[in-house]
Amino acid sequence: MEPRGVLMTYPMSSYLQQQLDNRFNVFYLWNITNRVEFFNENSGSIRAVVGDTNVGANRELIDSLPALEIVSTFSVGLDKIDLEYCKKKGIKVTNTPDVLTDDVADLAIGLILATSRRICECDRYVKAGLWKKGDFRLTTKFSGKKVGIIGLGRIGTAIAKRAEAFNCTVSYYSRSQKPESKYNYFPSVVELASNSDILVVACALTEETRHIVNREVINALGPDGLLINIGRGPHVDERELVYALVEGRLGGAGLDVFENEPNVPEELFGLDNVVLVAHVGSATVETGKAMADLVVRNLEAHFSNKPLLTPVV
Amino acid sequence: MADLVQSTDNSHLPVAIIHRAPNFKFSSSWATDIFTPIEPSDPLYPTHRPSARVIIVMALTPLKSEHLDLYPSVECVIGTTAGVDHIDLAECRRRNIRVTSAGDAFSEDGADYAVGLLIDVLRRFSAADRYVRAGLWPVKGDYPLGSKLGGKRVGIIGLGSIGTLVAKRLEPFGCTIAYSSRNRKSQLPYVFYSNVLDLATNSDTLIVCCSLTDKTHHIINSDVLTALGNRGIIVNIGRGGLVDEKELVKFLVEGKLGGAGLDVYENEPEVPKELFTMDNVVLSPHRAILTPEAFEGVREVMVGNLKAFFSNKPLLSEVNLSD
Repeated sequence: MEPRGVLMTYPMSSYLQQQLDNRFNVFYLWNITNRVEFFNENSGSIRAVVGDTNVGANRELIDSLPALEIVSTFSVGLDKIDLEYCKKKGIKVTNTPDVLTDDVADLAIGLILATSRRICECDRYVKAGLWKKGDFRLTTKFSGKKVGIIGLGRIGTAIAKRAEAFNCTVSYYSRSQKPESKYNYFPSVVELASNSDILVVACALTEETRHIVNREVINALGPDGLLINIGRGPHVDERELVYALVEGRLGGAGLDVFENEPNVPEELFGLDNVVLVAHVGSATVETGKAMADLVVRNLEAHFSNKPLLTPVV
Repeated sequence: MADLVQSTDNSHLPVAIIHRAPNFKFSSSWATDIFTPIEPSDPLYPTHRPSARVIIVMALTPLKSEHLDLYPSVECVIGTTAGVDHIDLAECRRRNIRVTSAGDAFSEDGADYAVGLLIDVLRRFSAADRYVRAGLWPVKGDYPLGSKLGGKRVGIIGLGSIGTLVAKRLEPFGCTIAYSSRNRKSQLPYVFYSNVLDLATNSDTLIVCCSLTDKTHHIINSDVLTALGNRGIIVNIGRGGLVDEKELVKFLVEGKLGGAGLDVYENEPEVPKELFTMDNVVLSPHRAILTPEAFEGVREVMVGNLKAFFSNKPLLSEVNLSD
């Protein structure tokens, strides 16, 4: 039987590593010091790539693997995969939709609460031993606020459902209006921002949506507005965001993603109206396992000529 | 009826004694058409003290028997907080004094905060935020995994106005809601447990939303913590006295509890220092309800109660003293 070589691009999950190891002949891209030598020796047997949001499958990698048949990404986002090239070369692509929707939506609401009610700042304050009774500062109420969501896909819809339980008014921007949706539609992100207290980025990253949150949108959101980014760093013009926060033109931000992870603009470290987390969108034990299982099942389906579970291409 | 109008003061408005801690700043500019505020430092205080019918208690300033002794004519205590355990309710009942609270003015913000604390503890936001700010992400790599909210069994202790809003908020997150309360609320779809120990046995998280009384003091004790289990989470936005703090700290230090999100403590502003270094604990300095909207809301409730009292109408948010 042909060896089933799988190239893992990044140490995304030790559980996934283990599951792959039990079934396939796994190579770890991040451990390889001499790539040219490695590809010369092994590329003939590598039929699958398992990538993630850190390292996916670009043209260069695809070209190094002439036996590549399938890319299975440990993410729902596809921005690190050259989809057009995969299509052209007949390489299948699968991702991990649905299993992580809840975690990411929970993160969005959690970031709204943490940012508006300054929960992380409170935790820092108490743990630094600074609390004196009677000192307080008002924070921003969340219930009843106007939430604007960029992208009303699976994740955007899940965020909307949660926001409704807090009596929020939900509006959205999408490539096209969804007539079956009960939420208010705005035809541009600037208009959405002008009419929202909290703006949440929940769309896919494509060439069209790069820097979809720019200076104009940030100004429209304004000095009382909150920006929550649970999409991809490049959705937001990060330089402009930093200026706006430092200058007080934006009320606050809850950020899970950044343009150049794991690097985060240091100007943000000293601000108390931001919450910064480390791309933890789907980073729970439960969801990590579900995502890993889905990656493995897609690969098993491929290698036994069965229908893929969550194909993209 | 007490003589409300004195020849030496300019006001024909009824008097209300302002009972506040020395460092609590109070402005009554919003109420100058409803009542005349008189404080102990006021020159007119000696005149009004024996005849004043209303005391307004600012924030959590304790109102005890010795304070009530100063006001023989008082008939109504206007509280300005959700919880009224700082007021000697038994004494008020004995003296036929009615007591009001902030009613529902703080409920939404309290519920929002409880949910915020729970998500923070499970998903480790505060810890991750510290991690990023310390510049550790590029150095130490990905932050350790948190725990999913969906599918968790949430037990709410006290299904009053705050507890009900907490339940409503957590439903779309995929949590299973159960509760323990003085009374079963059959119109609500959640599972009822008649005691907290049973609730804890069947929950992954306990959210404490009830009022502090003699009966609920240390309602979270070591038995309850043991029943909750070593992955269990406690969120307390009620009162510090509802939790046996020494036991809570012991369980957390020994790894016998999964984590905690706390806004209140037994001896504020003292917080057990063992908690300062724990990433699975999120600490807040009693701020669950501090938003401009909540303050506006409580002002409305205060005004409403004062107007109702002075015009002999039913009070808006009277506390039931017979519990």
